[in-house]
Amino acid sequence: MKPPPFTYHRARDVAGAADLVAELGEDAKFLAGGQSLIPMMNFRLARPEHLIDIGGLRELSFVDAGPEALRVGSLTTHRTVETADLGTGFDVVREAMRWIGHLPIRTRGTVGGSLAHADATAEWCLLAVLLDAEIVVAGAGGRRRTIAAGDAFLGFYTTLLADDELIVEVVFGRPAPHAAVTEFAERKGDFAVVSAAVDLDVGSGAVAGGRVALGGVGPAVVRVPEAERVLQAGGRACRDLFEACADAAAQAVDPPADGDAGTEYRRALVRNLVIRACEEAVAR
Amino acid sequence: MTEPDKVLLTLQVNGTSHEVAVEARRTLADTLRHDLELTGTHVACEHGVCGACTVLVDGDPARSCLMFAPQAEGSDVRTVESLAGDDGTMSDLQCAFSANHGLQCGFCTPGFLMLAEGFLAEHPDADREEIREVVSSNLCRCTGYQTIVDSIQDCAERRRDAKETSA
Amino acid sequence: MTSEVATGDRANEPGFRADGTWIGAAVSRKEDPRLLTGEARFVDDIHLPRMLHAAFVRSTVASGHITSVDLSRVLEVPGVVAAFTAEDLDLGDITPRLDRPPEEHTETSMPILARDRVRFVGEPVAVVLAEDPYAAEDGIEAADVTYDVTPPVLSEEQALTPGANAVHDEAPGNVLLDVSMFASDGIDDVFAEAPCVVHVRARAGRQNALPLETRGVVAGWDARAQQLLVQTCTQVPHQVRTVLAGSLGMSESTVRVLVPDMGGGFGIKCVVGREEIAVAAAATRAGRPVKWIEDRKDALSASFLAREQRYEARAAFDETGRILGLDVDVLCDMGAYSCYPFTVGIEPLMASSEMPGVYRVPAYRVRGRAIATNKAPTAPYRGVSRPQHVMVMERLVERAARELGLDALEVRRRNLITVFPYTGINNVTYDPGSYLESLNLCERVLADEGWYGTQRSVAEQGRVLGIGYACFNERTGYGSDAFAKRKMQAVPGFDLSEVRMDTSGTVVVTTGTMSHGQSHETTMAQIVADKLGLPVDKVKIQQGDTDRVTYGWGSFGSRSITIGGTAVALAAGNLGGKLLDLGAHLLETRRDNVELADEGVQQRDDHDRRLSYQDIADVAYLRSHLLPKEAEPGLQASASFDGVGDGTFSNAAHGVVVELHRDTGRVEILRYVCVEDCGVAINPQVVDGQARGGIAQGIAGALFEKVTYDENGEPSAASFLDYKVPTACEIPDVAMHHIETPCLFTDNGAKGAGEGGTIGAPAAVLNAVNDALRPAGVELNDTPITPQQVFDALTGALEVAP
Repeated sequence: MKPPPFTYHRARDVAGAADLVAELGEDAKFLAGGQSLIPMMNFRLARPEHLIDIGGLRELSFVDAGPEALRVGSLTTHRTVETADLGTGFDVVREAMRWIGHLPIRTRGTVGGSLAHADATAEWCLLAVLLDAEIVVAGAGGRRRTIAAGDAFLGFYTTLLADDELIVEVVFGRPAPHAAVTEFAERKGDFAVVSAAVDLDVGSGAVAGGRVALGGVGPAVVRVPEAERVLQAGGRACRDLFEACADAAAQAVDPPADGDAGTEYRRALVRNLVIRACEEAVAR
Repeated sequence: MTEPDKVLLTLQVNGTSHEVAVEARRTLADTLRHDLELTGTHVACEHGVCGACTVLVDGDPARSCLMFAPQAEGSDVRTVESLAGDDGTMSDLQCAFSANHGLQCGFCTPGFLMLAEGFLAEHPDADREEIREVVSSNLCRCTGYQTIVDSIQDCAERRRDAKETSA
Repeated sequence: MTSEVATGDRANEPGFRADGTWIGAAVSRKEDPRLLTGEARFVDDIHLPRMLHAAFVRSTVASGHITSVDLSRVLEVPGVVAAFTAEDLDLGDITPRLDRPPEEHTETSMPILARDRVRFVGEPVAVVLAEDPYAAEDGIEAADVTYDVTPPVLSEEQALTPGANAVHDEAPGNVLLDVSMFASDGIDDVFAEAPCVVHVRARAGRQNALPLETRGVVAGWDARAQQLLVQTCTQVPHQVRTVLAGSLGMSESTVRVLVPDMGGGFGIKCVVGREEIAVAAAATRAGRPVKWIEDRKDALSASFLAREQRYEARAAFDETGRILGLDVDVLCDMGAYSCYPFTVGIEPLMASSEMPGVYRVPAYRVRGRAIATNKAPTAPYRGVSRPQHVMVMERLVERAARELGLDALEVRRRNLITVFPYTGINNVTYDPGSYLESLNLCERVLADEGWYGTQRSVAEQGRVLGIGYACFNERTGYGSDAFAKRKMQAVPGFDLSEVRMDTSGTVVVTTGTMSHGQSHETTMAQIVADKLGLPVDKVKIQQGDTDRVTYGWGSFGSRSITIGGTAVALAAGNLGGKLLDLGAHLLETRRDNVELADEGVQQRDDHDRRLSYQDIADVAYLRSHLLPKEAEPGLQASASFDGVGDGTFSNAAHGVVVELHRDTGRVEILRYVCVEDCGVAINPQVVDGQARGGIAQGIAGALFEKVTYDENGEPSAASFLDYKVPTACEIPDVAMHHIETPCLFTDNGAKGAGEGGTIGAPAAVLNAVNDALRPAGVELNDTPITPQQVFDALTGALEVAP
């Protein structure tokens, strides 16, 4: 399980990295924390000819908990986020970090790497989609654009990013004081069989809307409008409402079956995890 | 096929600077073991799950099988060889593993030691459940983990006691 | 036991027990410092000048004929030095043998590299040597092997289907072993007339023993010694030498197998693998040393696997819950090849012989079969068949209790063997154990902790708790006779030990056993220290070197302390006798007036008249003119020991409390209690460690780990993402309790302690899960139990058992 050969390039700045990847073409890949890419290379399931190491771009490692928004640089590690001051209303982001692998993975794995890899159960993808984050990317020639998280994840390990683009930061523009992420996996630290996240609009004991996102139910993380409509209709923040929301979520998805879990079991997990997430969210 | 290029690196390991010329694809684990001859770091899965290769990178526990050697340039790397004193005296953490039978075959042990070393430095007040969660980062096939948790907890408690006594 | 040694005032030394013995003390392990500081030397830590690195071109198909092997492009890969096929190396096959007639056993051979046929995905076809392991792996990618693919046989159903593809031409029906060891007269009548007959159909999933250190070898010709030096992590160094020498056509004296530190084995390393032989042969061909380290992908898919069995079992009971008869059909999926030296008989013969276990079974019939499939072969794995058949036996007892409306513990009590020695229906004589006492203590611990009350009270809150037990014994210290009963042709019974004292009064003791994590350097030193009145740090254990150890059968089957430990004790005792002879002579007193004490020989009637071991060694080596005329110079002795009769039986009871999570189906273990009896514990900390580690592996088999394949025979759990080794968050703390029933024939009363944990855990966990599922009316008998199965059972989505 030794990786195939590649040519190593060390990026000096964001613009140079994007220009270089454009120049090298599709056989080049960015290397951030490497916690997803390197295992794939060790199995020889990925074999880029060029790796552009962006790990040294310190300017991409930051947490900026401003009054308007929480901005997290793409090279910030999960561990840094887990231990940083994220400002009010973003506890859900910190707490989601504990679901990502284990400590030695979180010390190296990065926000941008996780978003770009786009695993169907990735916590950062789930958070981004749930909280309507904006993903800022840089391309060759100094080009920059912002992608709405809801548009970013196209399918199985596939994003809207062009080959020459790298993620610069992710911006969470709306505090989510009543949000929670929960998961089920057979072992601590595993990729989730199903993950569920909710962000509730709660005021004086009542729910007046909210967002529901799921992982592990399709090729990419998804929002569930059917479940959100239940929250939109509103009601007292109680088990009945959460069950109605969860039922809607479970009916809306058609999860894949694999060795770990069949479709109906996953659907049931969706239901029970959405309830759990709602209860945790409202308890905040 | 052409001969893969080698890169010249300066690596800071256990307080010593080393120059090595290796293929860029060489993992940090292999570089430590086979180029720097620090064979205390073990390799057992090469996909980041088992944690036998855990070392400290700038103080943080990290999988050295999930780093290419060039990525470690500019960082301070610590391996199990750094734990004992210059005279070979084992550290309190190493002694705690021995006293609590926290190892059997010992193959996973350097990874657990470095995991615990990094974790306790940041969380000296960790309780048993927090320690257990961190221990779940690595795999051990011999002990059933209980005595590994015991060892780390014992070490943490002794450090806290020592701190109180000196205060 | 230690009567010849006077303890003096040594009782105050650390690790030394108040009663003056090292045996029984939690002595700090001699192995620890090097393992903790990174100074240990495992196979992959060895580096030799000019060393090459091997990687194997492996079959990509589960079943087929090789039509061509083209390695020409391999040799063009930078860094690649050589590549060899089976034809190039021309090596003899590995052929495990049984003394059984053809109608019972079909002998098959495993080639070192596949020649014309491949029988599983991952089977080695060619070996590539390169300057580093990266280049070697580049090299194997450039190999071009073509196959004429045939439909694979991947399950028992496929294997036994008439007209199925034969994995081995010699066995057209894919049955390699079919033995009916016992069939009591009139057993059909027993079942026909019994008031209660229960059935259990159970499957145990294929597992991987999974030592953290994968297999590996460094081999090269040592010109000075005129020997092929093979450094490999094996539990059976002498057997590797025998097979390797035979395969390469060399004499055994020209092969030296040397075992470095070992990162676990658990059985997977107690068989002779083909890669170590291929590497040794390739090294001789290349004229350079070669290292091969198995990677995890290969370890998970192409190494030796274990455990996959199917049981059709039924048991007859009377109204009071007494067992009247047991009727079992066990079928073991051994994969593509038989393993050396244990053969395909290892699992079915173990199940056949040991299934009645701790219970009095008056009538017994068993059929044990081993079948061949197109999956990686199997080897013994910790517990060998007992984790599975104890699980089935314990399920039968539980089922009977339910049918009869009795308490399952009471049913066990009514059937447990309580009078020893006991000769069972299986023609095995059990030495004394504490079957009933262990079970009673285990129940009392859980009751005293209040778990029965908790189970009831949380049920009212809708939580689902279950309590389960397992009660079992474990034959340890199999001797030659016991293995011969199974008709093995290589009978791994005895052990030899040689002990030498040097002029500084320290001793080196050889053992033919092979520690791979079990602490033998410490525990065997404790045994010898007691025999000779030495501190443990003056005893050095020598193992794992075929040049220094005359012969040994290695470590497996919990034999090391029983057989190896007795051999070292006897050898040390013989050396003690020599020291007493010499001491008496030099002190000019009667032989019966001297004793060993404080690293010397002293007069019983006057302790001031003494000679230190150094004084005596000084005479024995440096001033041998002072020796008595009949005495040989030097201080050395040896001894051998073989298991007595049917061996000795350790026993244990496990009690488990589980909670089933209604929302996910997760099985959470809330409490685990183990009451074990391995006789005298040489080092209680080590015994606890063996039990706890074993239990973790048993839980892994019950709830987590399974080797799987797709419909083409491609392994589908070849990473740690899919092969789910449990972590510290899944494995509970285990409360250990001990009962000591000393073995009557081992020198120090010890019984084996290596496997019990693994044996008891699946049964206890399954029983606990099924106890929790009782209100749901469902019983689960197949392992591993998955969260989905539990969820379905709790929500009524599963068919009702049995």
